[in-house]
This record gives sequence, structure tokens and C-alpha cells, in this order.
Amino acid sequence: MANSTDTLKEIGTELAPAPPGHEHGTLTAWIQDLIFTVDHKKLGFMYIGMGWLFFIAGGILASLIRLQLAVPNNHVLDPEAFNGAFTMHGTAMIFFFAMAMVFGLANYVVPLQIGARDMAFPRLNAFSFWTTFFGGCFLFTSYVAGPGLYGTGAAPDASWFALAPLTSRAFSPGNNIDYWSLGLLISGVGTITGGVNVMVTIFCYRCKGMTLYRMPLFTWMVLVTMFLVVMFFPPLSAAQIMLVLERFFGAKFFEAQAGGSPVLWQHFFWIFGHPEVYILVLPAFGVISEVIPVFSRKPIFGYPMMVAASVMIGFISAGVWAHHMFTIGMDSFSVTFFAFATFVIAIPTGIKIFNWLGTMYGGKLRMEIPMLFCIAFLFQFLIAGLTGIMLGCAPFDWQLNDSYFVIAHFHYVIVGGIVFGVFAGFYYWFPKATGRLLNTRLGLWHFWVFTIGFHLTFDPQHFLGILGMPRRIYTYQEGRGWEFLNMLSTIGAIIQGIGAIIFIINMIWSARKGKIAGDDPWDAWTLEWTTTSPPPEYNFEEIPEVRSRRPLWDLKHPEDPDWKFE
Amino acid sequence: MLNHQYTRYSLATRGSGRGWQLLGFTFAALAGFLSWAPVARAQDSTIRAIQNIFDPLSAPAETLYQISLLVMAVCAVIFLVVGGLLTYAIIRYRRRGPEDDHEEPPQVYGSAAIELAWTVPPILIVVMLVLVTARTIGEIQHPKMPETAEQVRIIGHRYWWEVRYPKHDVVTANEIHVPLSSRTNRLPTQMVLESADVIHGFWVPQLNGKTMLVPNYRNTMWIEPYATGIYLGNCTVLCGQQHANMLIRVIVDKPEVYRKWLESQKQAPVSDPQVAEGQQQFISNSCGTCHHIENARGATGVFGPDLTHFSSRATLGSGVAPNDDQHLRSWLVNPQDLKPGCLMPNMQLSSNQVDSILAYLRTLK
Repeated sequence: MANSTDTLKEIGTELAPAPPGHEHGTLTAWIQDLIFTVDHKKLGFMYIGMGWLFFIAGGILASLIRLQLAVPNNHVLDPEAFNGAFTMHGTAMIFFFAMAMVFGLANYVVPLQIGARDMAFPRLNAFSFWTTFFGGCFLFTSYVAGPGLYGTGAAPDASWFALAPLTSRAFSPGNNIDYWSLGLLISGVGTITGGVNVMVTIFCYRCKGMTLYRMPLFTWMVLVTMFLVVMFFPPLSAAQIMLVLERFFGAKFFEAQAGGSPVLWQHFFWIFGHPEVYILVLPAFGVISEVIPVFSRKPIFGYPMMVAASVMIGFISAGVWAHHMFTIGMDSFSVTFFAFATFVIAIPTGIKIFNWLGTMYGGKLRMEIPMLFCIAFLFQFLIAGLTGIMLGCAPFDWQLNDSYFVIAHFHYVIVGGIVFGVFAGFYYWFPKATGRLLNTRLGLWHFWVFTIGFHLTFDPQHFLGILGMPRRIYTYQEGRGWEFLNMLSTIGAIIQGIGAIIFIINMIWSARKGKIAGDDPWDAWTLEWTTTSPPPEYNFEEIPEVRSRRPLWDLKHPEDPDWKFE
Repeated sequence: MLNHQYTRYSLATRGSGRGWQLLGFTFAALAGFLSWAPVARAQDSTIRAIQNIFDPLSAPAETLYQISLLVMAVCAVIFLVVGGLLTYAIIRYRRRGPEDDHEEPPQVYGSAAIELAWTVPPILIVVMLVLVTARTIGEIQHPKMPETAEQVRIIGHRYWWEVRYPKHDVVTANEIHVPLSSRTNRLPTQMVLESADVIHGFWVPQLNGKTMLVPNYRNTMWIEPYATGIYLGNCTVLCGQQHANMLIRVIVDKPEVYRKWLESQKQAPVSDPQVAEGQQQFISNSCGTCHHIENARGATGVFGPDLTHFSSRATLGSGVAPNDDQHLRSWLVNPQDLKPGCLMPNMQLSSNQVDSILAYLRTLK
């Protein structure tokens, strides 16, 4: 790394900034470049591209699920295909869309924000991407390759948390579950190495003057995320290894008849599964914490509390996993403890929401597309947090757990929170990455259609849960009071799909013909906006030096610099 | 009909907010009583298909309902306050036009006092919620059961429920009969939940929250219904292809009707010489390998539902279809039509065999 940086420095001064839009060269040269590249920006791009690919795949599966549930006794999918559809939808969206977005944004933005030329381990970075990508491809090949061997189900169909003992050979013959566990095992390797890489980069490659206390909040929250990745992906991998041992070598970890415990799987899965929610949402918090200050024209309110709250969320998230298991028959003490821990996590989350509010208060809010997504995020995440408190209250959870209320709740977190955060970040950094702004008119259409579709899909699902509709049912009988709400939800899903298509059109169109952005289209303050758009391969001609949290503010306002106040 | 108000909680809070509902309920009950008076000893066949968790009809569900109201009220207040502040900030501080861009707003970095001020109320709310939650958990998980409590053992199988009454030596499936409880005659039902294969979940929202049925574990839950009728519920944990059609019916009846039902279930079926052919076909087509029928030699299976009183049940296939001749015929011809993926295979019966087995099953009342 040191050597290559020096060489780059020498050559760098002679290189003109890369032109916006497409690289010159043949298709093969381009593909070759993608395969062999170790550049954090290209890998970030590829992570994000992979994310959108699996987003489309998962979205198609979601539409099929909603079509099947639109009316009672429907026959769009048979039960087996339906179980496969929601299993693959969940797995693809969590592990291969949302995780890819986390790593894509972290890869692209973090080195630029901390004034580094690349990640700490560029080749490990490429390795992480390719293992994650192959893990996802491997999972989806089950649709083609799964049925061949035993004539059983094509796709994994035991749901994304694959409760033992449903996954044992006796209840899931064939190889579909193996595709699931091995696919996640492979991508898990890439995720963990990626986490180490980002952590080391943040700790060792910050430019001169950038103390941890001056680090941009997005980088801070990515750092907390990566700690969680490195701590909590191994339990998942361990569980997958146990599952593989059980399915191929006759181990008996989860098999009740042989003295194993099905509850053990749930502990392993959820001790990963709950921090995973924060792994996904913290980078979204990070995006929001970048976008809101820039578009409110004020620094983030209470930076130290923001950092402290993120770290607190990281710590507490390790101790709440059993709230996913309230209905498993735990003793009263454990139930009370985990309900308590779950309520406590609302405190740092509340602090964050208040700090964002404090940032907007007294500012001049520019209602550009990234800001619109942030505002929708704030409302939706507020509701998601409050329904989370309802679910955290164990007695209430005994009613709501495993019902459509839970589906509504976590889609509010993952779509209403994380996806909206990703969209905000995408509109915010797209001009930096491509040199062109995303089209505002299409962006407005995207925002409104997607938001309306989102609410139409998931708001009714809260009420379905309250009316007793359990999750993961492929059909339901007439007369349970679920018909109208399900139909509404399906219509919403279609509208949401249209919103996503508008976004994809916007992305493709703007990358070719969008307005030229310039280095700093938003009048922002962090280091990534000091370099050209798109940045050259070496990021910065000269490694910058910072004196405050907002180096560009200091440059633009020499009369009133930040470093005087920090 | 007010006699279901016997718990401390019910008396404390039912009066005000749900007065109208109570009134309506009283009228409905009165009307029901009048119309049913001549046949008061028959089963109440009101189907309670809409299982709203905010319309509880059983003591534990009522307790859960009380705490959920409290939690929702707290959440609603938080939503109004924070959402209101957000809306205010967005409207008040939005950019008014290009003239707004000449000058940046005052750069405020934070305020320890304000931040402390908005950290303390959430902590207080959390403390309050934890205490209330702990109390309710104790109330639900450690109830005082009277000696008279009925006991039911429910064993989840892939896509059907085995129901056993250990006190009465009665075995049935899918349709769970329990007695009505009242203040003068408390008859709660204690349920032991077990699983024969994978994890299932038992949930009838108006009666209680849900509990998982985990292999090798004995979970318990209790219900204490204060209205008669047929309550519908579902399996809540994915258990395979027919998870959706693993439906629950809990039939709540007045104690005397319930006892009558128990008596009828204890009777061995009368062997009817007219359907001897059907019984013969039942055995020779190895139906008895999976199904048990009292007094039928060779029908000793435990893998499928007990059929001793099959025709006394209103549904077949764990609630997938009504138990009428048309659906039963379809089921016997090929169970995979009504319930694709269920574990009963297509037995390739000829139509004569189907007819005679159907006739035999109809005598099992």
C-alpha cells in the first residue's frame, strides 16, 4: 500500500481528472477492469450495483408474495413456491441488498471522508466483495440447481431465520437448505473480512488532524457498524456450520429427539439477528447525520452525544436478542430483563432523533431530494421505533409476535428507515461518484410514488396483525376480516414497485445525461467534496489536513472557522 | 351477562372507555339468551372469525389488552410531541427562496442543558414501562388456578393439532372444547403445549397471546373465556408447506354443554353392521397405520388425527374445509387437492372404496 501510494502520488500530478460518465475502452477492457480492480471506489460501485441487483430480485419475489395474498384462497403461487419466495425475499434483502449497500456506501465514502487514498487492505476488499457476491449467486442458483438431486423444493423454504428443527434432514430433505446455509456462510466470510478492513482503515488511515473526535458522523456510525459486524457475524457463521454438520455429518445440535435443543438455534440466530438490525440501520443514521446538517445549513446538533448514542446502541444491541423469543416459553425473569433492555435501547435512539430535530431547528432547510428522503425517514423511523416499544413490551408482544404487525414494524425499519436512508445517501453522493446530478423531476416522482406506495403497503399490515393474521401463511380463508387490508397492501406494493422503476430509470438516465455536478454541488463541508467528481483513482492530489469537523466550512468561512469553537 | 367481570383489572377500567361496547354486548347477550332459551343446552355456534386483539373475551387476553392500551397511549403521546416538533421545524425553518441563501443561519453546535432535558423524560418513561411490564408478566405467567381448572394437552403435528384431556381420557383433534368461565363458577383452562415434530405456535387472539410449541419442551398457557362461541386461530410459526392451513378452533360452551360433549367423546363408537365394508376398506387400505379409531381392530396409528369421533367435528383437515360429504369425498379421493403438501398421501382409492369408507366415517359420531 505504501509503495503504490507513492507511485500514485508521482503519476497523479500528471493525470487529468477522469471525465464524467463512461470510461473509454472496449467492453472486455471494462469487464476486466471490474474483475481485477482493487480500487475502493470501483468496489463500492460494484457493491452498490450488486445491492440493486438483489433489490430487484427480492422486489420481484415480494410482488409475487403480495399478489398471492391479494385475495383469499388465491392460486398465484403454490405453498412450496410461496415459502421459497418469502425465504429468498428476506435473505436476499437483508444479506445481499442491505448489507451490500452498507458496504458499498462505506467503501465508497469512508476513505474519501477521512482523506485516505484507499482502504487499508485493497486486495482483501476485492476478496470481500467477490465472496459476498458469490454467496448471493450461490443462494440464487438453488432455483436452478436445487431440485435436481432429490426432486424436492427448489428454493430454500424455511424462512430467513430458518428455525430448527424445520431445517433438519427429516423435515427439509433435498439440498435447498444447504444452498441457504452455505450461501450465507460464504458471504459471511466476505462480510467479516470487509468489516475488519473498514475498521482498520478508519483507525489507521485518517488524514492529518482528523482525530476520532473530528471524524464525520457517517464514518463514526460505519465504525460502530463494523464493530458489530466483526462481533456478531461469527455467531451466525457458527450456527451455519452447526447446521451443515447436522445435515451432512449427523451432528445433533438442534434435534430434540437426540437431546439437542431447537432453542439453541434461535439463541445463535438472534444474537446475530438483532445486532444485524443495527448493522443495517446505523449507516442509514450516518447518512441522515450527513444530509440533514448540509441541507439545514447548520452543523449537527450535539456531535458528542450523537457519537455516544451510536456507541451505546452498539453496546445495548448485544443484550436484547431474546425479545425475538418472548413466545418461546421463557421464565418471567428473562422476559422482564429482555423487555427492559429493549426499552433502554429506545433512549439513545430517541437522543438521535432529538439531535436531528435540533439540527433542523433554526436552520434554513433546503428541500432537495436527499432532504425529502431524510424527512420521510424521520417520521417513519419514529413510528418504527414506537411500534418497536410496543413489541418490546413482552405482554403486548405475546399478542403481536409472529403476526403481520411484526412484518409492518420491521419493514418500517428496513424500508421506511434503511432504504429511505440509502436513497438519501444515493441522491447525495451520486454526483460525487458519477460527476452528474440525479434528475430532480424524476427524483420527486420517485420520492412521492415510493413513499405513497410504502405507506399503502405497510400501514394496513399493522391492522392485519391486530386482527390476528399470522406471518408466513400462503393463503387465508374468507371472513377473517383480512380481505380489504390485504388488497390495499398489494396495491401499495405495486405502487412501490413503480416508484422503484422510476428510480432505476433516473439512475440510468442521469448517469449519461444528468446535469454536470461540479466538485461540491450541495455546498457541503466534509472532505469528499474537496476532490473532483468523480474523484481520481488516488482520491486526493495532496492528502488534506483538517482542523475541525467541517474542513470545507473552515475554507469557505475563514472569518468564522469551526476549529475556534470545538 | 356481566358476570364475566370478575378480575380486578376488568372492574377497574372496563366501565368508562368500553361502556358502549359493554352495553352492546349486554344487548347482544340478552337477545342471544332469549333466542336460545328453549335450547340452552345446545352448543353456541357463533363463529368468532374476527379475532381483534383489542376485543378480548378471556381473562389473560383482557390483561394483555390493558397493558397494550397503556403502552399505546404512551407511544401516541411521544408520536404527537416528536412528530409535532418535527412538523413545526420543517414548516417554520424551510428555505423561503433564493434570497435565503445569502447568509448561513447561526451555527449552533449543541447545548448540554437541552440535551440533558430531552434525555431524562425517556429514561423516566422506560422505568415506568418496565415496572408495568414486569407486573403484567407475573400476572400472566403465574396465575392462581382454582382446583376446578380444566386441563388440555395440545400437541402440534405438522399441520394439525392433537388435543388430549388427561382428566377425562378423551382424545380429539383440531377442535378444542373448553368450558365457559364465570365469577360464580371459575373454570379456567390450563393448556400444556408440546410438539411432535417442528416448532408450532398457538394463537387465538381473543383468548390469549401466543405461545410456541417446541419439541422437547413443555410450555403452558391458560385461557379463561367469558363468552361462548367458536374462536378461530392459526399456527404462528412456519412449520412447512401447510402452515397456513393449520387452523385452530376453540369451542367455548357453558359448563353443562361442555360436560355433555365430554360424555359423548368418552363413548366408544357403535359398530354398525351396515358399514362393515367401509371399516374393512379402512383397515385394508392401511388408513389405520396413521389413524386411531376406538374399537376398530388395526386402527391404532398415532401419526394422524384420532378419528374415533370424526363426524362430531365440524371441519376436516385442521379447518381447511367443512366436514360435509362433498369435501370429505374430495379429501378421500386426494387430500393433496384441498391441502397440497399435507402429510396424508393420495391413497388411490376407487370410487366404491371412497363411498364405503365415507359411509363408515359418518357413523363415527
